[in-house]
Amino acid sequence: MAQPGNMDSTRHPKATEERLDEIRREAGASAEPALGAGATSHTERAAKTDAAASYYNLPVLKEPTWTWEVSLYFFLGGVAGVSSSIALAAQLFHGDPALIRIALWMALAGAAICPVLLISDLGRPSRFLNMLRVFKIQSAMSVGAWTLVAFSGCAFLAVLANELLLRGFSSPIFVAMRWTGEISAAATGLILASYTGVLVGATAIPVWSENHTLLPTHFLTSGLGSAAGILELFGFFTPATQILGLLSAGIETFIGGSIEIRNRAVDAPLRHGKSGWFMRLAGTLEGPVALILRVAWGSSPAGRYAAAVCFIVGALASRFAWIWAGRVSARDPHTLFHLQTGKSN
Amino acid sequence: MSLTAFLTDTTLCIGCKACEVACKEWNEVPDDGMIWSGLSYDNTKALGSSTWRHVMFLEQPVAAGPQLADTQDPFRWLFLSDVCKHCANAGCLEACPTGSIVRTEFGSVFVQPDICNGCGYCIVTCPFGVVDRRPDDGRVFKCTFCYDRQRAGLVPACAKACPTESIRFGDLDALRDRAQSRVEELRHRGFQDANIYDPTNSSVGGVHAFFVILGQPEAYNFPPAPEVPTVYLRGAWTSALISAAILFAAVCAAFAFSPLR
Repeated sequence: MAQPGNMDSTRHPKATEERLDEIRREAGASAEPALGAGATSHTERAAKTDAAASYYNLPVLKEPTWTWEVSLYFFLGGVAGVSSSIALAAQLFHGDPALIRIALWMALAGAAICPVLLISDLGRPSRFLNMLRVFKIQSAMSVGAWTLVAFSGCAFLAVLANELLLRGFSSPIFVAMRWTGEISAAATGLILASYTGVLVGATAIPVWSENHTLLPTHFLTSGLGSAAGILELFGFFTPATQILGLLSAGIETFIGGSIEIRNRAVDAPLRHGKSGWFMRLAGTLEGPVALILRVAWGSSPAGRYAAAVCFIVGALASRFAWIWAGRVSARDPHTLFHLQTGKSN
Repeated sequence: MSLTAFLTDTTLCIGCKACEVACKEWNEVPDDGMIWSGLSYDNTKALGSSTWRHVMFLEQPVAAGPQLADTQDPFRWLFLSDVCKHCANAGCLEACPTGSIVRTEFGSVFVQPDICNGCGYCIVTCPFGVVDRRPDDGRVFKCTFCYDRQRAGLVPACAKACPTESIRFGDLDALRDRAQSRVEELRHRGFQDANIYDPTNSSVGGVHAFFVILGQPEAYNFPPAPEVPTVYLRGAWTSALISAAILFAAVCAAFAFSPLR
């Protein structure tokens, strides 16, 4: 007879056809018909059970396993991706070369840090290269992995060419390299900064999937305001960064406000409970607070610093808040059922 | 090679959990805890990375068709063995960025454990909450539809061990017909709430592990209208690209129409 609990053998002794037949015989011999078994003692508990509500209020879905690295990646990817657009626009319209330089380095720094974060979140980090085994356009994560690789190359090219030009190695080849790098980094960067919203939205988690058109816009805007804010922290108090800061804070105020006003049951994790209050705090910082600071106090560097810091903190917190809200949403079977059967709450 | 399927019938299940035992033993699935849940006799509670067959125990204050329990209040005790649905359009398969999750020649959805790097995207894209990451391993695991046994011409372990043939394994179309006949027979015998859970009308497109149930799918934690999350891609990408275009225009405008510092 095989010993119970003997898990050390490499080939389990119970994995045989004979054993499966044995299980079947044991089960058939000892089982009793369901009806009439223990009915009286369970009626009280049964009476409290709503026959159609859910299976013991247990979750239907599984919660995301992503931890802080993924939230931080969402933030840094947004900053890096939008920075390259800022660099390109500044280049096109004869902006401050110092600003262009910092924006390009921000893009490259993000490109360097982001893969580290993603790899460390994997269940099997040593297999990270498997992300590049295939390209699947229907998988937002596949698109994102390849976009990150492409963006890194483009950002590197742009920084390299820019540094060479700044050091006096003037050559049309380097100018062409820089334009190529900036344009391709801007294009891939915009995908990098928005695909994470697509990735989160195209899931089975109700609070995410019911916001699948809002999330890409929200992540992009967060990235824009954060990138502009970081440039201001580097001392670039230009009209451009103020305009972009105002635009971002305004859009974030609108997005946060619309979630509150719509008052949908599925958005409860964004408005109620611990996850809701954290989301509201994040949204307030990167929305109305940053907006008011810029409008009322934007003429002084101190006011711009304050607005930038508030937006950046709020944007970073917002990424954590959305993952948290996803976990809460996954745990709730009733909202899922109501959503799918069209019942009002 | 024809497509194979599971038909699991609550009206035949006796809640013996032979399927859970057989699956764990054949597939060498690790122990995921001895927890007394207090939820009738269900101590596994849900499918997971180390629970690929999960027997549910429903206690309902409902009369079980024409059969009366030995009690004054109406009551029925239902059992059903849950399993990965092996969707025709599988959220996990579409989402997997490494290509680890594939469709086998039998029509099942299979996670290749030597490729999976544990990114966790399949976990949030399964509309049935089946697949999960094994904590001490890092990879995701789920029912394999006994791919190894099927390739050897055998039936899956759970189907083999089921003493009442509540779990039936066979050709997909034949089992769908069988489910239809079974439900008609049950209704004819007075079980008016007998129905098939096989979401063919949704974007999931039907599943290869379907069920004959009594009552609402919600009572079994089956989503009544599951969707494969790829249906959200078009709207999400459209939003992303339009927003990106507007953002770039705005950034250009900010630099074009403002003087230098």
